[in-house]
Amino acid sequence: MGLLLKCEHVDFGYENQDAVVDVSLEVRTGDYICIVGENGSGKSTLMKGILGLLKPTAGRIEVSEELKRAGIGYLPQQTEAQKDFPATVFEVVLSGCLGKRGNRPFYSAREKNAARANLERLGIADLRKSCFRDLSGGQKQRVLIARALCATDRLLVLDEPITGLDPSAIQEFYQLIRHLNREEQVAILMVSHDMANIVHQADKILHMRQRPLFYGPVREYVKSRWAREFLAGEDAAEEKAGNAAEEKAGNATEEKAGNAAEEKTGNAAGVSADGKEDAT
Amino acid sequence: MIGIVAEMLSYPFLVRALIGGILVSLCASLLGVSLVLKRYSMIGDGLSHVSFGALSVAVAVGWSPLSVSIPVVVLAAFFLLRITESGKMKSDAAIAVISASALAIGIIVTSMTTGMTTDVSSYMFGSILAMSREDVALAAALSLIVLGLFLFCYNKVFAVTFDESFARATGVRVSRYNVLIAVLTAVTIVLGMRMMGAMLISSLIIFPALTAMQLLKSFRGVVAVSGVLSVAGFFAGMVLSYVYSTPAGASVVVVDLAVFLVFVGIRMGRERKRKKGEAWRAGEKDRKRAGRETRAERP
Repeated sequence: MGLLLKCEHVDFGYENQDAVVDVSLEVRTGDYICIVGENGSGKSTLMKGILGLLKPTAGRIEVSEELKRAGIGYLPQQTEAQKDFPATVFEVVLSGCLGKRGNRPFYSAREKNAARANLERLGIADLRKSCFRDLSGGQKQRVLIARALCATDRLLVLDEPITGLDPSAIQEFYQLIRHLNREEQVAILMVSHDMANIVHQADKILHMRQRPLFYGPVREYVKSRWAREFLAGEDAAEEKAGNAAEEKAGNATEEKAGNAAEEKTGNAAGVSADGKEDAT
Repeated sequence: MIGIVAEMLSYPFLVRALIGGILVSLCASLLGVSLVLKRYSMIGDGLSHVSFGALSVAVAVGWSPLSVSIPVVVLAAFFLLRITESGKMKSDAAIAVISASALAIGIIVTSMTTGMTTDVSSYMFGSILAMSREDVALAAALSLIVLGLFLFCYNKVFAVTFDESFARATGVRVSRYNVLIAVLTAVTIVLGMRMMGAMLISSLIIFPALTAMQLLKSFRGVVAVSGVLSVAGFFAGMVLSYVYSTPAGASVVVVDLAVFLVFVGIRMGRERKRKKGEAWRAGEKDRKRAGRETRAERP
């Protein structure tokens, strides 16, 4: 298992304010890691740091030679401006090769072939000439994943990827990511609110609240008190038991009454509870 | 038609206006594609008002108009970009405040020194006589830079326009491109303003991109078509203005508006046709199903 990326005790902050404290994290080939936490818990800051957009204020980030050369495949949140953007699917996907071009002005045949191959890979080759603004939410997401894969097919970093997708598109999206992860060994690093789904999808969880509260395999996470807190809010809305995660969450509801601090976490999880309701 | 154009070309000031104007509209339309798609259209409008203020002050004090306006407007461009990017203040409100203030200062300075004469009117609504030889040379240099940017950095311009976060993550220096585009826009506006008028210059930036977006499905297509539309629209507007003795800037804007409406019309026509087609196909299915059902009912 090749090491792709390693954070050792890194801190990130803006203007004397620590947003992320003491995170150690390893990403290896074929990993599927989710970063969860409330709003403002430093998830996005950490992700920016991993992408190299922020310099750590302490600690260090090691990036494998391979990723340094190819860059990280990044799937940002979709912006308002993209809704009516006149660009063909091919133009968008091809722009993923930009990092490999450096300062050379035009794309070569090799990059165009890479873009075509990634369109095939995600099953959207027939949309090649379609306009990005005419696509459905799920199709847009596929196009943006294809673009990220043009940068590298080693590591995909996804920022709240299911925002704005309809329920069937969400399931399709998770299947696609799982396929890329299992069959093609693409390492996945996802920031998400969608607890209900990710405990079934990811291998490892990093739970953030400025500092890492939990980092380890999902199996252990669902037994931890952090997961109980986080899932507690969700459990009220979602009564479907049947797997370990929710059983534990069930226990948490009983504990909840006396624990004022946990209320807050519950609110954050409430957002994902909605998502789950839609999904099932 | 050819006769009229030949007649126009016999006046040196009109030749200068045509050359300068065509170069400025080309730059404005290319930069406009990026600005409009990034929701920065208002920056163009704000800058034109700042440019009016700076120009009024320069004329009142007796300095050369370009050497004062260009730095002031470039500074304003930095500032407006910063406001829009930081998102701390409501950027549309901030730009409106800056525009109105610059306009007010310009008007007061002009009326205190020269009085509200034809000068103010010509800054506001443009004058065909405004293009000097110096302006034309500057417009040529500017369009070389803008064309170079769109030719050699096309892919980066696309990436920065489409998705700043992704571009940043792949190592593009996004803010550098934003600043470059804002500065080039500032210079374009200063150059075009005295001919097109402070109130009308932003249309050169917004109209071509908006028009091209109606029908074109690719970014490359939108860039190319808005460049062509802008140059053609400017030329047609100038001919119109010459033939009917209408103000030059306003004539160009009216031509742009007409082309825009035609494009919107075609797009709506296409959409209706597509919907009709879909409805017809759906109807056809219903009819077939109904046919089958009635046949099945018959013993």
